[in-house]
Amino acid sequence: MSPLAKLFEAALFAASRSLTVDELSALDPSAGESAAQAALDELRRVYMAEDHGVELVEIAQGWQFLTRREYAETIERARIALRTRRLSPAALETLAIVAYRQPVGRLEVEEIRGVDSGAVLDKLVERGLVEVVTRGEGLGRPLLYGTTAQLLETLGLKDLDQLPRLEELAVALHPPAPAEPE
Amino acid sequence: MTTPSSVMQENAGFIVELEQFSGPLDLLLHLIREDEVDITDLPIAKIADQFLAVIDELGLNQASDYLEMAARLLRIKAQMLLPRRIGDDEWEDPRSELVRRLLEYQQIRELVTWLGDAADRRAEQFGRGFAPPPEPAPDAPLVIELNELLAAAERVIALIPEPVLHRVVPRPLDVEGAMDRIEKLLATREEFGWLDIVGKRAGIVDILSAFIALLELARRGALRVEQPEPFASIVIRRESPRETV
Repeated sequence: MSPLAKLFEAALFAASRSLTVDELSALDPSAGESAAQAALDELRRVYMAEDHGVELVEIAQGWQFLTRREYAETIERARIALRTRRLSPAALETLAIVAYRQPVGRLEVEEIRGVDSGAVLDKLVERGLVEVVTRGEGLGRPLLYGTTAQLLETLGLKDLDQLPRLEELAVALHPPAPAEPE
Repeated sequence: MTTPSSVMQENAGFIVELEQFSGPLDLLLHLIREDEVDITDLPIAKIADQFLAVIDELGLNQASDYLEMAARLLRIKAQMLLPRRIGDDEWEDPRSELVRRLLEYQQIRELVTWLGDAADRRAEQFGRGFAPPPEPAPDAPLVIELNELLAAAERVIALIPEPVLHRVVPRPLDVEGAMDRIEKLLATREEFGWLDIVGKRAGIVDILSAFIALLELARRGALRVEQPEPFASIVIRRESPRETV
């Protein structure tokens, strides 16, 4: 491996979170961005080709070493690491609405869900999956929520573009067709 | 989403578990699926009746979210019954807003499945530096000053009912004695004041005894009690003797 790829490997090993390409590039200022990208590609190829127990995964707009899926059960059974608790349907509903409508206020979430959603929003903020991004116009300047990098990490997504597009869903909702002019 | 389990009962009703619905829209979608009806041409009367029956059975008729939906369904049901002319272009289907919301919600449910699957798949891979999950946090972040904590403790303690102890003492009211004293005064004086009966340092018991005795004697017609103005001294006057029965 190239010295830069090995440096990246060490940094990714040391970090317990995903590192962005910018963070990796900054490790060696003398290396340009293209060299950094090449080193990252090299590292990925090495890990894929050599068939390791961990893999380099692109996640939450960065890169991270994660254990391969086939070992999850064994590792968990030995209680070396545990799967994160599953999100409740209420939490997932709220996340879906925030992800697609952000920035979005509590009232809009409640209107779509048809139930009170203040508590579940608070819980999601507490877990770092959504955050207050701004305040809305109008009465009381309501808090508006958006998704966080932590959500991408929890869902294993590179970025929000990896979410299914609404048109691809079985229930496609189209805006009401404009009235035909007479 | 979790499919609500429906258990057929002897009376062919349904038992549907509440926790499996995340809200009234979820319950509605469940009913629509059970009935296999077209969501865009909702048999509103039937669905409304089923909805009411289910929330009644589950005791959800106390939950405001479900009640609000029940009211909405009944309103739409009523609006559907209103006569309308054939070919009336102005007529707007009263169901359209509900149908739009149901479709929107159905879309959210589909996303819920997608997001849940994504989270499950992610959870099968461990990163470095696993730390055991912290104990479930309380509902809200608890930031509190010592004084607030003490005040809260005090409020709780105040709620504990103190054992109510009654000290029961015999009431040494001496109405007879007071009447004797008043009658003695009446024998010698035509008119006298309240303080002549009780004295200046009378205790509550003496005052009560004297007052009751006074009222009793007034009732019997032995004397008349006068108070020329509020809070003025009470004047007791001997009543002209009357034949007592």
